[in-house]
Amino acid sequence: MKKRKFGLALSLVLAAGTILGACGKAEEENNAAEGGNTETTEDAFTVAMVTDVGGVDDKSFNQSAWEGLQAYGKEVGLEKGKNGFDYLQSQSDADYSTNLNTLARQDFDLVFGIGFLMEGAIKEIAAQQKESNFAIVDALVEEPNVVSIMFKEQEAAFLAGVAAAKATTSNKIGFLGGMEIPVIERFETGFKAGVAAVNPDITVDVQYAGAFDKAEVGQTIASSMYSKGIDVIFHAAGGTGNGLFKEARDLKKKEPERQVWAIGVDSDQTAEGVVEIDGKEHNVIITSALKRVDNAVKDLSLKAKGGDFPGGETITYGLAEDGVGLAPINEEVAAKADIETAVAEFSEKIKNGDLVIPSTLEELKSFSVK
Amino acid sequence: MSNRVKNIIVPIMAVILGMLVGTIIMVVTGYDAVAAFTALWNGAFGEIYYTGEVIRQVTPLILAGLSVAFAFRTGLFNIGVEGQLIVGWLAAVWVGVAFDLPPVIHTLVAVIAAGVAGALWAFIPGLLKAKFRVHEVIVTIMLNYTALHVTNYIIRTVLSEKSDRTEMIKGTATLRSSFLEGLTDYSRLHWGIVIALIGVFIMWFLLEKTTRGYELRSVGFNQHASHYAGMNVDKNIILSMVISGAFAGLAGAMEGLGTFGYASIKGGFTGVGFDGIAVALLGGNGPIGVILAALLFGALKVGALNMPLEAGVPNELVDIIIALIVFFVAASYMIRLFIDRISKKGVK
Repeated sequence: MKKRKFGLALSLVLAAGTILGACGKAEEENNAAEGGNTETTEDAFTVAMVTDVGGVDDKSFNQSAWEGLQAYGKEVGLEKGKNGFDYLQSQSDADYSTNLNTLARQDFDLVFGIGFLMEGAIKEIAAQQKESNFAIVDALVEEPNVVSIMFKEQEAAFLAGVAAAKATTSNKIGFLGGMEIPVIERFETGFKAGVAAVNPDITVDVQYAGAFDKAEVGQTIASSMYSKGIDVIFHAAGGTGNGLFKEARDLKKKEPERQVWAIGVDSDQTAEGVVEIDGKEHNVIITSALKRVDNAVKDLSLKAKGGDFPGGETITYGLAEDGVGLAPINEEVAAKADIETAVAEFSEKIKNGDLVIPSTLEELKSFSVK
Repeated sequence: MSNRVKNIIVPIMAVILGMLVGTIIMVVTGYDAVAAFTALWNGAFGEIYYTGEVIRQVTPLILAGLSVAFAFRTGLFNIGVEGQLIVGWLAAVWVGVAFDLPPVIHTLVAVIAAGVAGALWAFIPGLLKAKFRVHEVIVTIMLNYTALHVTNYIIRTVLSEKSDRTEMIKGTATLRSSFLEGLTDYSRLHWGIVIALIGVFIMWFLLEKTTRGYELRSVGFNQHASHYAGMNVDKNIILSMVISGAFAGLAGAMEGLGTFGYASIKGGFTGVGFDGIAVALLGGNGPIGVILAALLFGALKVGALNMPLEAGVPNELVDIIIALIVFFVAASYMIRLFIDRISKKGVK
């Protein structure tokens, strides 16, 4: 993990370094000479983000956000670095504050804090650095210079639940959660609602691993679930979910005929489910519940660049805003066509507001699809 | 060359060698080493804000280092600093949230609670070692995980309603001050550094100037001889673990009352406790050494955050340098041999 991170950073830095190396210093001096208060020049609206401890290549949340920043940079023609867009990684919880402060001090026009863990740090720094603009993903911070980005995870999870319910043959489905926090509760609620919408008789076994970076715990939980006859497991557990994929791949390899399915989260995790059996490639991942952090980050960056920074507000990205969704369905699933029709049907209803997906387990009790 | 001088030279050599090898790695992988070290320096001392952050980072490191060093001086290897720290953190925040007391007194009560909690957590391995000769390394490692999950459970169920963190501690319990923040341009520097320095003095005084300290060290050197001399070995083992745990608990209070102001559910360890082992090792288990080593590690850690942005060098590189320093300290035999060779030549 560490090694890979190093390699990625290496290649990124080499690419950016060669271009920026020569001109970086000079440009900066020019800016300084022009005077400090012209920081919001039209041509260079600089954006940066701070990752949580998962790092920028976590195949999930942080990576998605960074892809969004890169997409923003590409669109407006900026390079990685101090005068374009950049990221800082946090090694521990104590680093959030320092990193956010560093970026604000380097006069980035907009600084993203990725993940609910940064709630406290953003709140504090936004009050101190009133001139800078901040955005936080997955948490609510009420300060005039902070935009809170929230997602309707329940909508993506609902569609995943529909897919799972259509795919299962044993009528037993599993949910593997990371930590019991509101975000994951939205996933769990939406997923259960989706399953129930298709067939209320299906049981959903819910287990929490207690961490987002413990693949071995994820594998243990997945193993016990599969052995109980569960044939589809949906995870909302970040890196912990990699254990689920490993277990599903191993089982498939051992018994190619067995129905073993997993559903990914955040980004399209199809690549994690590839198994080779007798020279033929199979995939154990039905689909992934997408949370388009990249879209949200890019969207807000562009808005802010246009001078339309909605400070103090909360933006919620749902299915209708392209903020969440479902990845393409795996070809190998027998009920593929059936799933696709059902998903399209429900998506339509959610988008035009006919169907409101519950976001808490409390709301789920009174939820029913007419 | 006297042993004392050698004890000082070895860690310094280790640091230099660590940096040197780190530089070689940077050059070989195509990074600008000069820019990297400049960025490291700027990120640690370039602005008063960063200096404040360095001292903030150093504070728990000193206490964690003291905890390991104290146990080590008395012949015990306390790997459980991390767990004791987490327990202390929780206790401090608990007192900070639940009680209504006047300022200063509230802070003191919270700090003491953290120390007591850490001490109690370390009492368990101490007791098991003293009564049943269960090795403290195993027990303390296991108790780290126990501490992590028990505190997570308490935070979720008792201190909050299914939330991932507690409320902020009351203003009367905080170690932070607007004075220090104003002095360092809004860094999170807090009064904990004073507590850490008092801790250093206590450790030195206890070990070097009191009969009890003499006994503790004696048991560390040779249990059987100490027993023969009429000392109560069991009692000293427990006492040593308890004091070590108290230091670790105080380190937790620094995080709970100073840096963060709350306790949150953790997916993994903070790492401060384990860094404490490295700090103690590099500092030669002495009070002054621990301060200097903590200062070095704190500066490296905070400064490293600036490296990707300013020099384009990944901050993992500093992890490599820290690991190398620890490696060279652990392999100090090599350095000692080298010093002996040199000094012998000098005599000729």
